[in-house]
Amino acid sequence: MSKFIEIKNLNFSYKGDEGESIPVLHDINLDIAKGEFVTILGRNGSGKSTLAKIINMILTPDSGEVIIDGKNIAVELSDKELMAVRRRVGMVFQNPDNQLVATIVEEDIAFGPENLGIPSAEIRQRVDDALETVGMTEFARHSPHQLSGGQKQRIAIAGIIAMLPECIIFDESTAMLDPKGRQEVMDTIEKLNREKGITVIAITHNMEEAVRGDRIVVIDNGHIVKQGKPTEVFADPYELWDLGLAVPQVTELFDMLRCLGADLPESIITEEEGARVLARLLKNK
Amino acid sequence: MLRDITLGQYFPGNSVFHRTDPRMKIVLTALYIAAVFLADSWWSYLVMVMGAVLIILFSRIPLRIVISGFKAVMLIIVFTAILNIFWTSGDNEPLWSFWKIRIYTEGLEHAGKMVLRLACLLMGTNVLVSYTTSPIALTDGIERLFAPLKLIKLPVHEFAMMMTIALRFIPTLIEETDKIMNAQKARGADFTEGNLVRRVKALIPILIPLFVSAFMRAGELATAMECRCYNGGEGRTRMTVLKTRFTDWLMLIIFIAYGVGIVLIRN
Repeated sequence: MSKFIEIKNLNFSYKGDEGESIPVLHDINLDIAKGEFVTILGRNGSGKSTLAKIINMILTPDSGEVIIDGKNIAVELSDKELMAVRRRVGMVFQNPDNQLVATIVEEDIAFGPENLGIPSAEIRQRVDDALETVGMTEFARHSPHQLSGGQKQRIAIAGIIAMLPECIIFDESTAMLDPKGRQEVMDTIEKLNREKGITVIAITHNMEEAVRGDRIVVIDNGHIVKQGKPTEVFADPYELWDLGLAVPQVTELFDMLRCLGADLPESIITEEEGARVLARLLKNK
Repeated sequence: MLRDITLGQYFPGNSVFHRTDPRMKIVLTALYIAAVFLADSWWSYLVMVMGAVLIILFSRIPLRIVISGFKAVMLIIVFTAILNIFWTSGDNEPLWSFWKIRIYTEGLEHAGKMVLRLACLLMGTNVLVSYTTSPIALTDGIERLFAPLKLIKLPVHEFAMMMTIALRFIPTLIEETDKIMNAQKARGADFTEGNLVRRVKALIPILIPLFVSAFMRAGELATAMECRCYNGGEGRTRMTVLKTRFTDWLMLIIFIAYGVGIVLIRN
C-alpha cells in the first residue's frame, strides 16, 4: 500500500503561561498508508490529540515534516492550500454539539461543501449520499437537538464525508456517548473504512474500539512507545498497564486464566474469538 | 420554566409559509409589522386580528406552540395593559374612581387595543419568521436581501453567520442552564426565596459556569468550522438556491392589500 501520510521528526510544544515552552511531542515518526485504519492510544495528556490536530494543521509543529500525498504541509500555507488539506483530511471531535453549525440536519451537512464552493445541485447530491452512508436519511429535516448523542455524532461524520475526504481523524469521537451511541458510531467508522476506502485515524482510550483497527500506535509522554497489529500490541498486557492503559476485558480474563495455569493463547482480543477458544477447550475436556 | 422560550425554534412543515422564499418573508414581515402599527380604529383592528389568525391557520403550526411562545412575554403585555388602563385620561366621567386612581373607558379601550396589537405582532412575526423559516434559510434570506450593503463595507455575511450560530445554540444553552440549575439545587442553592438582591446573587453560580462553558463551546465550534473549510463568506455557495415563485409574488400582493386595507379603514 502506498504511503498517504508521512510524519517525520515531528516536535511540538505549547507556550506556557509565563512564555516558557512545554514540550508535548518529541521526534514523532509515523507512516500511514492509504485505506489503513490506525488507532492512536494513550492516556490523558500523552499528546495524542495534539498529534491529530497537527495532521490537518490546526496546530503548527515546531519542527519536522507532515507529508500528505507527497506534499509537506508543515510550512506556511496560504488559505487556499490550508482548505485543500482540510478537505482531504477531515476531523470529527469529541462533543457532537460543538461541531454542528446549522439548525437543520441536512443544512449542517451542506456546510462543508458550501464552504468549498461546490455547485448547488452537487451539494444536494453529496448531502443525500452522506446521509445514506451514515444511515440518517429519515432525519434529514430534523433539528440536531432532537437527536441522540450517537445520531448527532453520525451527522457530524456525514458533514465531513460530504467534503469527500480521503482520510478522517476521529478525536475521541465516542468518548461522550452511551454504549449504544458508541456502537453506532464505531460501526459507521468501520463501514467508511471498509466500503469507501477512507483512511481512518481513530484516537481513543477505549480498548474495545482499538481492536477494530488494522494497527495500534501507543503514545506516551509525547513518544511513540509501541505500535503494531492489535494482537501484537495486546500480547503483553503488563506493558500497557505500566503505561497507564487498559487492555480489552477478554485479554485481561485470558491473562488471569493463564496465571492460574490454563493453557491459552496470548493473542485473544475480541470477545467472539475468546468465546470460541473457551468453547473448544470445554468441549475437548 | 426555561423551556417555554420558543424564540428561534423552527417547526418543520410544508405549509404555504414554509415554502415562501425567505427574502420574500422578510419583506412580508416588514409589511405586516407596518400594517399592525397602522391599525387604529376598531374596524382596522378587526382586519388586523383576522390577518394574524389567517397567518396562524395557514402556517399549520399547532396552536399550543404559538401560545407557548406568547406566554414568555405575557408579563410585558400584562404590564403594558395595566399602564394603559391607569394612565389614560378621558373626556367623560371616569368609569370607576378610588382615591387618586381613575379608570376611564378610553383607558380600557387603549389597553385592549395594546394587548391585541402586541399579541398580533408577536404571534404573527413568530409564525412568519421563527416557526416557519429554518434559521439558516432566514439568515440566508437576510444575507441575500441585504447583500448590496456589502458595497458600503457592512459585514453582512459575518452578521448572518453569527445569527445562525446564536440560534443553533439557544436550545443547547437552555439545556445546559437547566443542568447547572439542577446541580446547584442538589447542593442546596435556592433560587426562589429571599429578596430580589438575594435572588440575583443566587444566579451568579449559574451564570459563571454557563459563560465558561459557552466560551469553551465557542472555541471548539470555531475549530470544527475551520476543519470544515470555513473561510468567511467569500467563494461560498449554497445548497438551497433561492427562487421567488408565483405564489411568493401573490403573497406579496395579498400582504400589500392587507396593509392598504388597514390604512383605508383607519379614522
